[in-house]
Amino acid sequence: MFGNALKLALQAIRRNVLRSFLTTLGIIIGVAAVITMVTLGKGATAQVTAQVASLGSNLLMINRGQGFGPGRDRVSSPAFTLDDIDAIEREVAGLQAVAPMSSSNATLVMGNNSWNSTVRGSSDALLVAGNWQLDQGRIFTADEQASGAAVCVIGQTVSRQLFAELSPLQQSLRVGRFHCEIIGVFKGKGQTTFGQDQDDIVLLPWLTFSQRLAGHREVQQIYISLLDYVDAESVKQRITTLLRIRRHVSNPAQQNFSIMDTAELADTLTNTTRTMTHLLAAVAGVSLLVGGIGIMNIMLVSVTERTREIGTRLAVGALEREVLWQFLVEAVVLSSLGGLMGVLLAIALSFGLSWWMSIPYVFDAGITLTAFAFSALVGVVFGYFPARRAARMNPIDALRSQ
Amino acid sequence: MSSFIEFRDVHKTYGTGAVQYQALKGVNLSVQQGEFVSLMGPSGSGKSTAMNILGCLDVLSRGEYYFQGVPVSALDRHQRALLRRHHIGFVFQGFNLLARTSAHENIELPLIYRGLSKRERRWKVDQALDVVGLLPWAAHTPESLSGGQQQRVAIARALVTSPAILLADEPTGNLDSERSVDIMQLLSTLNQEQHLTIMMVTHEPDMAQYSQRIVHFSDGRVADDMGVSGG
Repeated sequence: MFGNALKLALQAIRRNVLRSFLTTLGIIIGVAAVITMVTLGKGATAQVTAQVASLGSNLLMINRGQGFGPGRDRVSSPAFTLDDIDAIEREVAGLQAVAPMSSSNATLVMGNNSWNSTVRGSSDALLVAGNWQLDQGRIFTADEQASGAAVCVIGQTVSRQLFAELSPLQQSLRVGRFHCEIIGVFKGKGQTTFGQDQDDIVLLPWLTFSQRLAGHREVQQIYISLLDYVDAESVKQRITTLLRIRRHVSNPAQQNFSIMDTAELADTLTNTTRTMTHLLAAVAGVSLLVGGIGIMNIMLVSVTERTREIGTRLAVGALEREVLWQFLVEAVVLSSLGGLMGVLLAIALSFGLSWWMSIPYVFDAGITLTAFAFSALVGVVFGYFPARRAARMNPIDALRSQ
Repeated sequence: MSSFIEFRDVHKTYGTGAVQYQALKGVNLSVQQGEFVSLMGPSGSGKSTAMNILGCLDVLSRGEYYFQGVPVSALDRHQRALLRRHHIGFVFQGFNLLARTSAHENIELPLIYRGLSKRERRWKVDQALDVVGLLPWAAHTPESLSGGQQQRVAIARALVTSPAILLADEPTGNLDSERSVDIMQLLSTLNQEQHLTIMMVTHEPDMAQYSQRIVHFSDGRVADDMGVSGG
């Protein structure tokens, strides 16, 4: 009996290629839309999460000027000095590392290749204070920093641009007008939330940067890492007080530096991400519903159309349950076929789109299964129940229906 | 009780209350095996309703219906479906063939429901196609067959299960006169050579002439029941 139902169902599907295709299409689009949307959302979320992690936790960054925002002055404020760094290290407790930071653009030359990059000057403390890690080699020694040695550590982008697959260690890299030996390579950090490539970097010891490239002694930023148990707010407060005195700020409204706290930034980003996740869940729910209604419509129309056929089948000797089995098998075959194609289409689409949007592709088994199961269920339910109604009519009523 | 088919005071009422409509108001009718009976009458006279009840496509409201002595009025849906499957063949005015399905597959359909093997099905279908003279058209779908050919496919589909009775509801209603004669001659041959019991609803006296007996319906009752003159 099941064999017969399968035979009749497949026959009916083959005979009505267009109708079968439209039914399947409804399911394909429903499933693909939901999965693609949620997958892209998850990818974007994962990217934001990774960016938050690359910031490091419990870090402070001191910039000159009044911080970001309209009407805020950043440039004309005086730079910091190495004395400011000494003062902070000496007078504020609870700090793990403090590193100066200045940067300048320079052309890098290696053999026949050249590359414009950001060259920064800092100290070995930047590993901790700026949340950098080494992939190969080492960071500057105290001697190299004190003497202004011609050594440098490069980022992944620079390594890729100038050395491709070769090892950059011990190579002599021309930075602007002088040569330095590459002693280390940083691990990749990826882009910032603002789309800046953090790996496009050459790091020189502070003194080397100051003497050989920049020609000044300005510290543009200060990176600070706090000890774990320390309260970031009180440390910020103490640094603010210290720097106001050192920088002669009498009116707090005209403070010429700002302190950014990564924990605060991370909180903001995490909140944004949470909102985005909720939004996506809502969108997915609505899409599932809309897709379900589409599938329902096609199934209902198809069965109404086929009531006469059901009457004919009953008249030539089909039993009610045989007609029902046939329609059930038909609905299951079409729904699962559509669901499967929807899943495949969704994987292809979300893979392509996440590549195009340069966000990570995150396969979500949960939504894939949910979308598939929901659409298949709607297809089966709305393929089966109208058929049941038709099969339970007096055959003459089914035969006469238009 | 020896009648092949017997209606005793059969009533059929559609709807309820104010919109109630009495299609049959006490029909008595008995048909013997091997008869070829035409049911005639103006539209609304109840002939089609009687036919549908005969074929277990519809149920009566009051009265009794015996099929080979079996009280059909006491059967449930499933039992009526089995009766249809094993004893009754239908031919409709609109042919009611499955679209985009070959003549062979259309005729094969009732055999699939009966669970016959592929070889038996093939043999019986070819035989039925041969009887209606459509063997060369086995692979054609209804869309590529003429009306007359479609109706012959429908007759073959009704005959392939070797039913005890063939019920034809205006089988020539959608055909021109030449094709109609064709179909009637086929039915007449089946009746005479294979002793197939046939009941046919028609409003064309010319077609009724092919049967041996004409039952006239009027206003939900049998008005006249007679043999065909000169037949």
